[in-house]
Amino acid sequence: MTNTSLTVHDVSKRFGTFAAVDQVSFSLAPGERVALLGHNGAGKTTLFKMILGFLPNDNGKISVLNTAPGSDDARLGTAYLPESVAFPTALTGREVLSFYARLKGQKPKSVMHLLDRVGLADAAKRRVGTYSKGMRQRLGLAQALIGQPRLVLLDEPTTGLDPISRQNVYELIGEIADHGATVLLSSHALTELEVRTDRILILSKGQLVADDELSRLRAQAGLPIRLKIWTRPGAAEQVADQLGNVDRSRMNGQSLELDCGIDEKVKTLSAISALSHLVEDVDVHAPSLDDVYKHFSQTAQKEV
Amino acid sequence: MISRIMTVAIQELRIGIRNKWILLATIILAAFSFALALLGSAPAGTLGVDRLTITVASLASLSVYLVPLIALLLAFDAVCGEIERGTLLMTFSCPISRPEFLIGKALGHSMVLIFALVVGYGSTAAFLIATGSGSVSGLIDFVRLVATSVILGQCFLAVGYILSCLTRQTGTAAAAAIAVWLILVVLYDLALLGALVANPSGFFAAKVFPYAVLLNPADAFRLFNLAALNASDLVGGMAGVAETLPFDPVLALASLVVFAGAALSIATVLIRRITP
Repeated sequence: MTNTSLTVHDVSKRFGTFAAVDQVSFSLAPGERVALLGHNGAGKTTLFKMILGFLPNDNGKISVLNTAPGSDDARLGTAYLPESVAFPTALTGREVLSFYARLKGQKPKSVMHLLDRVGLADAAKRRVGTYSKGMRQRLGLAQALIGQPRLVLLDEPTTGLDPISRQNVYELIGEIADHGATVLLSSHALTELEVRTDRILILSKGQLVADDELSRLRAQAGLPIRLKIWTRPGAAEQVADQLGNVDRSRMNGQSLELDCGIDEKVKTLSAISALSHLVEDVDVHAPSLDDVYKHFSQTAQKEV
Repeated sequence: MISRIMTVAIQELRIGIRNKWILLATIILAAFSFALALLGSAPAGTLGVDRLTITVASLASLSVYLVPLIALLLAFDAVCGEIERGTLLMTFSCPISRPEFLIGKALGHSMVLIFALVVGYGSTAAFLIATGSGSVSGLIDFVRLVATSVILGQCFLAVGYILSCLTRQTGTAAAAAIAVWLILVVLYDLALLGALVANPSGFFAAKVFPYAVLLNPADAFRLFNLAALNASDLVGGMAGVAETLPFDPVLALASLVVFAGAALSIATVLIRRITP
């Protein structure tokens, strides 16, 4: 058997005439952290539900930990955190975690350290109703860590969280992956993913339009680097004439912007430094994940 | 398997305790049964029948209304509520089968119901015995009432689960639960009574009516309890029917059990087909 945690091969799902997921194929290796990007309704949750065996796929084949989705073996090795989950407010964090530990065949005592790991040790005996949104999400993550799963599916784990809570969530995800588990998470919040994922899948209107490392996706997209130059007062025109290729619509007396390809970056920067008596500062904007994502999802939509 | 069922059941019981559901149900049952016991004491004294037995007869009629209502309110959001909160996705992604989940819920809700019935009605029985107006034979009637009330409750718990699986929304499920209560507990009786009054000696009264009573768990419950009391002369009403039945009243008890089993089976089939 091949060493993959999850294989999705040529999978489609239609609701009536609407193709929620359309001929999607990819596979994930152990220890990989993979982000699944897509706008609302792109088919992320539908894909998750098929991987979990809640929805039958119309065609194609899904293999979870080398077994069928939804089988006991698949469920034993898989952890899942849904997009929005509201635990019973009357129960305490400890009781909620014990409940899921028992369902997963673990002793409640053996999972209590997870509350510590997600920073909820102090709140363990408080009712979930008194928790903040970030705390509830962390409780959900603690649930997803029970029994050392080999495949962890997180549906928008950081939506609605403040920056600090997001940091915590990504630290935890890093820890899970370090233990050899595959993490597949979907997200809207793109920029924060850049340094924290090994691979990115982009889903647009049910189709997988990109599947690669971010740096290579950047190269594939061929998006220009944008340089913003601040000049001495009144010198903008002169600099623009010298450099050429300047976006005149985004120019004013003190600053100008120009786009250049990755291969021309060094050449352009040295041309700018040659004008150092006129230039005060330079900002280099590499295309962000947002730009890359926009590029791929828009290209896909134009083709349709 | 057993441990997963018990996990769900205990969680359900714990929630029932925390959100005061169990307390509310117990207080309602205790208050109504107490009131009936005190009000019913006036005639009983002269008839020389055990007061506990008289009270059981009144409580049987009370149970017909209250127990289905409590059961439906416990059960209506068991599935659709968890879908809305997203917890069903999480629970079903664990290695628990759907029948295990449903049976766990039923067990947990039954425990809530049993506690409320035993403590609620039990406090009334204890009061009657303590004041010297109850006897051992009355106590047997009392135990029978509580036991059959639990089965009646389970019938309506299962009906609640069916509604919860079918509607997917708690609001709709709540409305459907109230409608079912109104139809099975109130309107069904009225319709039967109306038909009986319209034609007291015809084909309907002789052949259809007894079986129609048997089919509805609320009526079957009342029929069995009142027939078992042999107290039809005292309480009148529906109880008089028992002597003219073309079948043994035990059949009514069997009907209750079959109804509960069938409804739970339907709910199990439905929950297997749900996409959380």
